[in-house]
Amino acid sequence: MNINEKPILRVEGYSKYFELHEQNKIIPSSHDVNLDVYPGQLTALTGPTGAGKSTVLKGIYRTYLPSSGRLLFRTKEDVEIDLAQADEHLILELRKNEIGFVTQFLHALPRQSTEDIIAQPLIQRDMDRTQARNLACEMLSAMNLPEELWGISPATFSGGEKQRVNLARGLVSRSRLLLLDEPTASLDPNTTEKIITLIESLKDDGIAMLAIFHHPELVDRMADNVVQLEPAIRIEKTLKEIA
Amino acid sequence: MDKVLEVRNLSKIYGKGCSSCFELTGSEFNTNICPQCGSIIAAHDVSFDLYKGEILGIMGESGSGKSTAVKCLYFDQAPSSGNAIFFDEGKKYDLFELNAAQQRGLANQRFGMVYQNPHLGLNFDISAGGNIAERLLMSEVKNYSDIRSRARKLLMRTEVQTERMDELPKNFSGGMQQRVQIAKALATNPSLLFLDEVTTGLDLSVQAAILDLILEIQQQQKTSMIVVTHDLGVIRLLAGRTLVMKYGRVIESGLTDQILEDPQQAYTQRLVASAL
Repeated sequence: MNINEKPILRVEGYSKYFELHEQNKIIPSSHDVNLDVYPGQLTALTGPTGAGKSTVLKGIYRTYLPSSGRLLFRTKEDVEIDLAQADEHLILELRKNEIGFVTQFLHALPRQSTEDIIAQPLIQRDMDRTQARNLACEMLSAMNLPEELWGISPATFSGGEKQRVNLARGLVSRSRLLLLDEPTASLDPNTTEKIITLIESLKDDGIAMLAIFHHPELVDRMADNVVQLEPAIRIEKTLKEIA
Repeated sequence: MDKVLEVRNLSKIYGKGCSSCFELTGSEFNTNICPQCGSIIAAHDVSFDLYKGEILGIMGESGSGKSTAVKCLYFDQAPSSGNAIFFDEGKKYDLFELNAAQQRGLANQRFGMVYQNPHLGLNFDISAGGNIAERLLMSEVKNYSDIRSRARKLLMRTEVQTERMDELPKNFSGGMQQRVQIAKALATNPSLLFLDEVTTGLDLSVQAAILDLILEIQQQQKTSMIVVTHDLGVIRLLAGRTLVMKYGRVIESGLTDQILEDPQQAYTQRLVASAL
């Protein structure tokens, strides 16, 4: 690693709690998380269930509004942006062009073919449709997904097949920062090996990753850095007590 | 990124209004009827920006003011106060300062509106093709055969059988009427499209096809849209950003996935929790 390389993402003192008005409760999730992610490296988030690992990823993607802390993302133009505060339009632009998210579950329109689902992020970047479909097919073949499935909707696919579609969509756009939430949880060993090779090659191309893996051996094999999270103190306070 | 619309402090009161109207209504008071003068505060202080190619969702239950906001922008109603600037091809239009003729011009050529009720968007006394021709005649196209071929293309685009273009809208199913409405709205290649509960009351399969069509139009033509709906599924599918309205106020706004997964306001939390 180049010692002078600046992190693409710096998380400083990120915390997230949920205020549930109906139950009059505060539910803590992530607490005072600090980490750096570098280009070409994979940082793994580890810790027990409830430590707020996914909450960190969702905070960076702004699916969750951070309660406190700074999430400093360095753009292609070398500008640092606090994702916790950034304008929504800017976040949408970054999602389209620079930050990708692969979750455990596939959320896609039920009426689209698998090929189209994967080509979608490329078409949104104004790539030519034919070229986008070609790249989508390359990615599907790298994922070991049988070719007879490419033209149909993944609605009837098995869990492992759906996850491959999901991964293919997340990886095809080659975003500068990739957030991975247990991307291999329901894959067979063979496919997992293929994915590992693919992730290694993305790292070689300078893509930065922040990932949660279900299996500790995947962390050992792929992570350049490990950040261990501890569960936030599980005291559910009422809104009144906080105020 | 190009801004298409900038709305600031848009308000609409039905009734004579008084000095307490805004202070005594809203979420804290659980009403949008002024207790002093009985006026209805349909919208208050609505502000937002819309960018090119963006779909903005406005979500809320009946009477929350979501349609009122859109009707003011399409000049169906005059706002009580506030302003809106429309940016188009290098020009700026201060929407509520324009005279009636200028407003009609914009509504006919640069805006498109699709209503929940096709009777509001279509003239039921003339054919489907005639409806589209009507809108084209109000813009620049005047030649009969041009108009006819344009209308045919638009109906094809929205998957209405073109053999039926000379039939009256009343002969069509609800889903088809919506498609004719969309074709009519698209006739002049508007830069801004308003969609007011366009799939409400349609069969699920018809809803899905209409929503797919809307997404396709957005992707291919980069049309900016404001989608008004009470349906969380429609919001999830179409909108990148969402405003949540209640008692005429915007009580919460954000990225759509954030509004649905991490809603901040008690009302939005209830709304999301009650979705099927």
